[in-house]
Amino acid sequence: MSTPLVIGSVAYDPKVVTIWEGFRGFLRERGIETDFVLYSNYERQVEDLLANRIDLAWNSPLAWVRADRLARARGLTVVPLFMRDSDRELRSAVVTRAGSGAETLSDLRGKRVGVGAVDSPQSTLIPLSYLRSQGLVPGEDFEVVRFDVGVGLHGDHVGGERDAVIALREGSVDAACVLDANLIVFSQEGTVPSGYLSVLGQTEPFDHCMMTTAPGADPEAVATLNDAFLAMSYADPTVRRLLDLEGLKQWLPGRTENYAALERAVDETGFYDAEGNITADDYRP
Amino acid sequence: MTIDLEDLALDEGGHILLERALAGLRPGEQLEVRGRSGGLSLMLGAWARSHGHRLLPAADRPMPAADRLSSDELSDGPSLVLEKGAAHDQRWSGAVRAGEPGGVLPRADRTWGLAARGALVEAGGPKLDVAWVERDHVWADIAPTLYARAAASQWDPNTIIDWTPPSGVPDDIEDAVVQIMTYLVENEQAALMIPARMLGTLHPHYREVMQLLASQVADEARHVEIFTRRALLTRGQMGRSGADGRESLQTLLNEPDFTLASFLLSVLGEGTFVDLLKFIHDFAPDRVTADVTRLAARDEARHVAFGVAHTAYIAHSDPAFLGRLRGAVERRHEALRDTAGLNQSVFDGLVLLAAGSWEPAAIRRGWEAVQGLQRRMDEGRRRRLAAIGFPDGEAAELSALHTKNFM
Ligand SMILES: [Fe+2]
Ligand SMILES: [Fe+2]
Repeated sequence: MSTPLVIGSVAYDPKVVTIWEGFRGFLRERGIETDFVLYSNYERQVEDLLANRIDLAWNSPLAWVRADRLARARGLTVVPLFMRDSDRELRSAVVTRAGSGAETLSDLRGKRVGVGAVDSPQSTLIPLSYLRSQGLVPGEDFEVVRFDVGVGLHGDHVGGERDAVIALREGSVDAACVLDANLIVFSQEGTVPSGYLSVLGQTEPFDHCMMTTAPGADPEAVATLNDAFLAMSYADPTVRRLLDLEGLKQWLPGRTENYAALERAVDETGFYDAEGNITADDYRP
Repeated sequence: MTIDLEDLALDEGGHILLERALAGLRPGEQLEVRGRSGGLSLMLGAWARSHGHRLLPAADRPMPAADRLSSDELSDGPSLVLEKGAAHDQRWSGAVRAGEPGGVLPRADRTWGLAARGALVEAGGPKLDVAWVERDHVWADIAPTLYARAAASQWDPNTIIDWTPPSGVPDDIEDAVVQIMTYLVENEQAALMIPARMLGTLHPHYREVMQLLASQVADEARHVEIFTRRALLTRGQMGRSGADGRESLQTLLNEPDFTLASFLLSVLGEGTFVDLLKFIHDFAPDRVTADVTRLAARDEARHVAFGVAHTAYIAHSDPAFLGRLRGAVERRHEALRDTAGLNQSVFDGLVLLAAGSWEPAAIRRGWEAVQGLQRRMDEGRRRRLAAIGFPDGEAAELSALHTKNFM
């Protein structure tokens, strides 16, 4: 029996155990031995990936950016292997209360904008960079009000984003940054009624999580695993249960072009430096 | 194909119109979506992603989009194009029908789970943990009719019976009534638990049997209530429970086989019980006692009818099955060999009830009445055993082995 490939994943929710137990069983039936290791935050997972303590990491987009930077700085390579179909072309919106008087982004000048956790790509890093690109410098042209929930989970925890919208509802901020999907979620769960939010602006599409290989992972074993993931069919009821839990219909090949906006945001805020070191001073995963 | 959502947003039901429009398309085909609700393109993209569809990037769309504009500007109705994904078709590709609504199959599939008979069942999901999945083990053709009859014959103990405490019943006779009622309650509790246990292990594909058993459980629940209320009506105190009587009922609970338990309980036990209830009704010293026994006997007749029909259904298709039934009777008899059977105070109570007084001549009449009751019980058992398929001689032999505790 070959050495099992070890997959790292961040335990942002208890269902993560069910998901990876399920995939492990699925792969074992196909003769592929794996194991998984759970992390409480993405930073340690990325560091372990670079140290080859795990063979693969189920990375957030921000974790991919860091892994890639750390690898390049050391003359190594991490490979973007595969991703969820549901992680392609996400967009975030800058929203305000409908009828608040704000019509365009420039109306946010001098106002307070609620964002999610410090390390959330979708509700902090990317939308703040977007606002900057629209001529509004965070902290200068408007005040950033951060809602730090689940720091270290890179925005996987929706709590900070929800708190930003609650703050908008309660009037302590004038706008909030939310992922497109959460516009529907926050309305369905009753955080705000339908039609309550008005969209002032939206980011370009960006991609989300990425299965990333360690520099030292066995390429042959990785290729076999990659094929097995890409072959998972939503028509298979056993797999469907796992895919539903993980929130996808199909695994797709990895791609990195849609991480450009996040790379830019990381540079602008100095979240990581070019070598992948954590440089954000108020970030405690 | 184009759909116009007008000002309906995706977070207020708009997705239902999308689903309907997409249902007519094949995977890969496109749907143009128009609408002027705020944030439509954002919500549409998110909704599409989570449902395995794709909102085509602006560059691939036939007309320029105005996504980056505010919601008000979006109301001009930019062209948004969805490409249908395969997930919905894939989800239902392995689906099967859980039989046909109008009839039962010889074997029910545990993977149908709790799905309605005849429903289209998505593959996957938990297997139902039930033991009884074969028609011949649980079915009787009369089950649907009996269930309909049971549903039409439900009654409310509180209103159908006048619970005014009787006056003029002599103390000794009331003692006998209380003791008999106490005995009836423990029998009813056994008669409730046995079908309830069967219910939990029966595949719901055999829906009419499930419904019939459920109504039987509800019947027994009422019987427990009315006999308890009659027992407590004048004194507020129950009678005694003998160990041997409970031993006899325990052997019913110990029978794990659906058909054998149904046979022992309904064909032999409840069948005998019907005669007992009629006897108590005929000699009841007061109207409440007469009413509760009459009402219970009416329900019991249905329970017996299903037991006989179900047992006969199997025995007719498999004559060797009679041997197993015989074995069950013999095993139970063996298990009860060292018990006295009926609680003496219950037996004496029945005699006194029929006698109506302590006069020696009356007691003789009561004694003879109980002898007559036991003959009728025996005849009834033999008749039902014959209906199932036992030759007369064997029917008589088995009837004689039945518990002295009646149930
Ligand atoms: Fe009963
Ligand atoms: Fe009964």
